[in-house]
Amino acid sequence: MLGQGFVSAAAIAASVLFILSLGGLSNQEKAKRAVWYGIVGMAVAVFFTAFGPGIGGYWWMIPMMAIGAGIGVYVAGKVDMTEMPQLVAALHSFVGLAAVFVAWNADLERRRVMAARAIEATSQEFSAFAALVAEKTPAELTFLQVEVVLGIFIGAVTFTGSVIAFGKLAGKIDGKPKQLPGGHLLNAGAAAASLLLAILYLNGAGFWTLLVLAGLAFFIGYHLIMGIGGADMPVVVSMLNSYSGWAAAAIGFTLSNDLLIVTGALVGSSGAILSYIMCKAMNRNFINVILGGFGGSQGPAAEIEGEQVAIDAGGVASALNDADSVIIVPGYGMAVAQAQNAVSELTRKLRSAGKNVRFGIHPVAGRLPGHMNVLLAEAKVPYDIVLEMDEINDDFPTTDVVIVIGSNDIVNPAAQEDPNSPIAGMPVLKVWESKQVFVCKRGQGTGYSGIENPLFFKENTRMFYGDARSSIDSLLHLID
Amino acid sequence: MKIGAPKELAKGEARVALTPDSAKFIQKLGHDCLVETGAGAAAGFDDAAYRDAGVTVVDDAEALWTEAEVVIKVREPLEEEAERLREGQTLISFFWPAQNEAMLEACRAKGATVVAMDMVPRISRAQKMDALSSMANIAGYRAVIEAGNNFGRFFTGQVTAAGKVPPAKVLVIGAGVAGLSAIGTATSLGAVVRAFDVRPEVSEQIESMGAEFLFLDFENSQDGSESGGYAAPSSPEFREKQLECFREQAPDVDIVITTALIPGKPAPKLWLEDMVAAMKPGSVIIDLAAEKGGNCDLTRADEKVVSDNGVTVVGYTDFPSRMATQSSLLYATNVRHMLTDLTPEKEGVIDHNMEDDVIRGATVTHQGEVTFPPPPPKVKAIGAAKPKPKEKEPTPEEKKAAEHAAFKAQTKRQVTLLAVGGALMMLLGQVAPASFMQHFIVFVLACFVGFQVIWGVSHSLHTPLMAVTNAISGIIILGAVLQIGSGSVVVGVLAAISVLIASINIVGGFLVTRRMLAMFQKS
Repeated sequence: MLGQGFVSAAAIAASVLFILSLGGLSNQEKAKRAVWYGIVGMAVAVFFTAFGPGIGGYWWMIPMMAIGAGIGVYVAGKVDMTEMPQLVAALHSFVGLAAVFVAWNADLERRRVMAARAIEATSQEFSAFAALVAEKTPAELTFLQVEVVLGIFIGAVTFTGSVIAFGKLAGKIDGKPKQLPGGHLLNAGAAAASLLLAILYLNGAGFWTLLVLAGLAFFIGYHLIMGIGGADMPVVVSMLNSYSGWAAAAIGFTLSNDLLIVTGALVGSSGAILSYIMCKAMNRNFINVILGGFGGSQGPAAEIEGEQVAIDAGGVASALNDADSVIIVPGYGMAVAQAQNAVSELTRKLRSAGKNVRFGIHPVAGRLPGHMNVLLAEAKVPYDIVLEMDEINDDFPTTDVVIVIGSNDIVNPAAQEDPNSPIAGMPVLKVWESKQVFVCKRGQGTGYSGIENPLFFKENTRMFYGDARSSIDSLLHLID
Repeated sequence: MKIGAPKELAKGEARVALTPDSAKFIQKLGHDCLVETGAGAAAGFDDAAYRDAGVTVVDDAEALWTEAEVVIKVREPLEEEAERLREGQTLISFFWPAQNEAMLEACRAKGATVVAMDMVPRISRAQKMDALSSMANIAGYRAVIEAGNNFGRFFTGQVTAAGKVPPAKVLVIGAGVAGLSAIGTATSLGAVVRAFDVRPEVSEQIESMGAEFLFLDFENSQDGSESGGYAAPSSPEFREKQLECFREQAPDVDIVITTALIPGKPAPKLWLEDMVAAMKPGSVIIDLAAEKGGNCDLTRADEKVVSDNGVTVVGYTDFPSRMATQSSLLYATNVRHMLTDLTPEKEGVIDHNMEDDVIRGATVTHQGEVTFPPPPPKVKAIGAAKPKPKEKEPTPEEKKAAEHAAFKAQTKRQVTLLAVGGALMMLLGQVAPASFMQHFIVFVLACFVGFQVIWGVSHSLHTPLMAVTNAISGIIILGAVLQIGSGSVVVGVLAAISVLIASINIVGGFLVTRRMLAMFQKS
């Protein structure tokens, strides 16, 4: 058994390691080291806590950890990079559920201690957490109750929200925003009822209040995320990430564990910032995204004139052969069609022919922030030719050919030209300024936001219809 | 239906409206193709090539005109050709209906349908049949080649062992299709190119082709672009200013290529005698507007004249025909696209749909009636792109003031937030027990650290960041570990489940992050 001093020292070490781990992600090379900081930090934290004073139940704990680790290894090894968003969402739900369980437990323990106190059996030996609770003053116990309520509420919302986000990202649930009749009133009602239950509980009502509270929070999580469209999922996932952190922090307060508090706060604030960065990239209000749907437009969208002109692989290939500089703009469609390897092969061929090939990535391309970068990295596209929107947006006028693969809204000129467009003001990749644009797309449909894209009607745009992967594959043998 | 291309009768015309390539496409529409023997010879397509493409070669013009239901031509019909037209026959060619009223009447009287390739409206959809543009493109290219032919020096500047050669300076007036094509050709030959146009909004196109735009500083300069992207006549004051600018350029430039045309009007005189006189001997002027009277005072149509001071003025009007192979290929493709639009079902039946903007616009006689001029098209030619007003550069003082105001607003916001936050903390401190406040300090500090750290994360690593924070949020396992040793069975079971799922989260999260990061590699 290790002393309390060891545990505290370990907590400090783990906190520092976690901070280094997050900060290390500022560039690709440091990031590889940063993950190790995280892993070591977690190992230290778990080991020293588990073998700290007053912990028991190793017969349960160690097998469970082993099984969990085994499942984790299996899942992490098996998952495709295109399924990354789902996986992250699914893992969030675990944190949410664990938070709910731990908070329930905290209250059960409190009740046991209270019951023991009531019969004046203070000499009774409490083990583990119960021992800690037993030492608390009444005021501290009241605060503990508040923390339990917060932990349950946030954890439960995270759990169902993540499950729904997982379903939407995996395509198991329809991606369209859907709400029960009553809409946000239902959410507000459930939140008010939760508050009422919380007050009842603080005034001494039974354990049932916490069960009902969790049920209501489950409903809010479910309903809130159901009402958000698939295109906003990047924001949702990072928001849930943030929630899972806050839930951990709330539990940390309950258990008086500083390490939990620090880590939870780190995760919570990082998720919040990520959501903020993404909302800014879409020129959307965070509240608006969470409440679902696009902001109302102030008039009819501008009519689009002209026609979409199709082109075949031969035409695209000859333009590519003539071009000196090429920019590829991938979107969710590339992920869906699993076209990243074909794109990578194309890039290799063009680069070996001495052409300047680069990638332009919009901050919200894909279904997870940075989704495209990961897919391209998986396909072995060197990261130094994969550029962000701000880095590449001024280079389009000097570019010969732009290939847009499965993205739509992020290259929509209406965002800048049509003040009535639902996406007006959103920063977009100005692909239309280049000499020639090829849009690789399955058909004539609209994008996730359901708005027409005037880019497709521009004079220098040619539509290259078909499945992204087979389209790019068909280009490969035509490039010389 | 039978589509036939006769030999062009106009003197010196070398182009042909049907090429073996275009014939293959036309046959795919279900039509049969005919060609008069020798029609393509001057453009480099012999009869055998046509036969190989499945085209019937007809012996003389008479036979072709009787057999073909649709006649495709390059030049407007001559009188003897109009005589051969019959009722229900369709003629597709350049026609210039505004200038050829007599011919228009003659065709109408014959009951033939005439589709004028020069009347195709200038809308995006009709670009593929815009023969004027494709011919202008060739004319612009050829103008530069012709200039080079008559110019005694290199286009490109060179430093050689035998001395330094300065680059040729080329001035292009009028940046339509021909002008832009000339700019592109001259630039790629290495010349220093300047260009002028009355429409200020084309400056971007000029610069994109690699030339310098001669900007006229003119008060409330009238917008020279009329609907359809063509130039409009300019006011006398503007003209004066413009000529003054040219006068300045004249002694400096070696080659002048003028392409200024105003639809339905004689070409404006832009390069006057005194400017020619001011030019260096050996300089060349290519006047692409010669057919309409020329932009230069000295221009004589179809002739090359040399001025007293040794400046060559070329006034050929048949630049496209001088590159007959290229222009036939492009023109035949334009005609082929027109036929595609006329044959919507691809079953070899011409459906002359007068509701269609493009077909309506190009048709000048139909079913015994003159249908020229057409009504304005339903789709506007080009969204009249007005030049964007230049944003005013803020003065340093204004900038400073704006920065100061922003700084003040920010300070105000931060101070308010701090004050409100502080007040809340005070309140909390009043009710909360001391142990809670200790934890709370840790919490607030951790939030701040989180905020500071995450701003630095690069965008491309957001997915790994998410996976790492997700793995780290598995720290919840500590909560379960702390509770698992409890005496209560319920608590133990719930804690055990929590340990299990939190372990999945931790291990899965970290491993997947490592997998992702391992993939990022430098080129």
